[in-house]
Amino acid sequence: MDIYDILFWGLSVMAVGCALGIILSRNPVNSVLFLILTFFAISGHYILMNAQFLAIVNIIVYAGAIMVLFLFVIMLMNLNADVEPQKGQLVQLAGVISGGVLFLVVLAAIKSARPEVIDKTSTDIGLISNLGKVLFTKYVLPFEISSVLFLSAMIGAIVIGKKEHPNEFTKADQ
Amino acid sequence: MPVNSTHYLFLSLLLFSIGVMGTLMRRNAIIIFMCIELMLNAVNLLLVAFSKIYADADAQLFVFFIMVVAAAEVAVGLAIIVMMYRKVHSVDINILNRLKH
Repeated sequence: MDIYDILFWGLSVMAVGCALGIILSRNPVNSVLFLILTFFAISGHYILMNAQFLAIVNIIVYAGAIMVLFLFVIMLMNLNADVEPQKGQLVQLAGVISGGVLFLVVLAAIKSARPEVIDKTSTDIGLISNLGKVLFTKYVLPFEISSVLFLSAMIGAIVIGKKEHPNEFTKADQ
Repeated sequence: MPVNSTHYLFLSLLLFSIGVMGTLMRRNAIIIFMCIELMLNAVNLLLVAFSKIYADADAQLFVFFIMVVAAAEVAVGLAIIVMMYRKVHSVDINILNRLKH
């Protein structure tokens, strides 16, 4: 049991525990904070696996940008009160059983997989220079297409979120 | 027992299943979105683990593209939730039942 294994188990317990906190906490703000902790645990796993750049991007993009967006929306709607209506016990039980059955089925499938040994020595695959070279040579077309995707998502979000013109209702009424 | 690929498969599967359970259990649309993010992250974790095992940078690039799709999805999805809240003053997904009538 070396330092890698100890860190792996610690981060795994943190990730799974915080993931359970997301779906079990009643307050949406607590759920967001648990999700941020889960992302930090996953970033720790990335650092453990020598994907340093992805770890930083994960923290900046997910914990920094996306989660702030979630918090903005929750606080904008004033949802931090404990007002969420709950699903019936039966529906919740059905959800847990469905997830558990999925877990068991895939577990049975991966149980017989041949374990691959992880090389615990440090590699430079995850460094930004190496990733940049691959991204801008082999994957340059998907990279450019993703910029179009972002542009369309941005325009879509603006169009959806735009307030309707107040005169439209009066016109329809007349 | 040293950590090998089975451990990462197991951890990733556990996180994914928790995401599925949360999606099915909750009624708050925002929490359902967060569970989808959790599922995407479980897949990212597994991709990085296999990138480490096979010493291949391609999987880490796929993680980038998954992050791109997730960011775009969140932007549009939260816009839809805000619009829905403006119309019906709730983020309860059961209200969307009326779509089937």
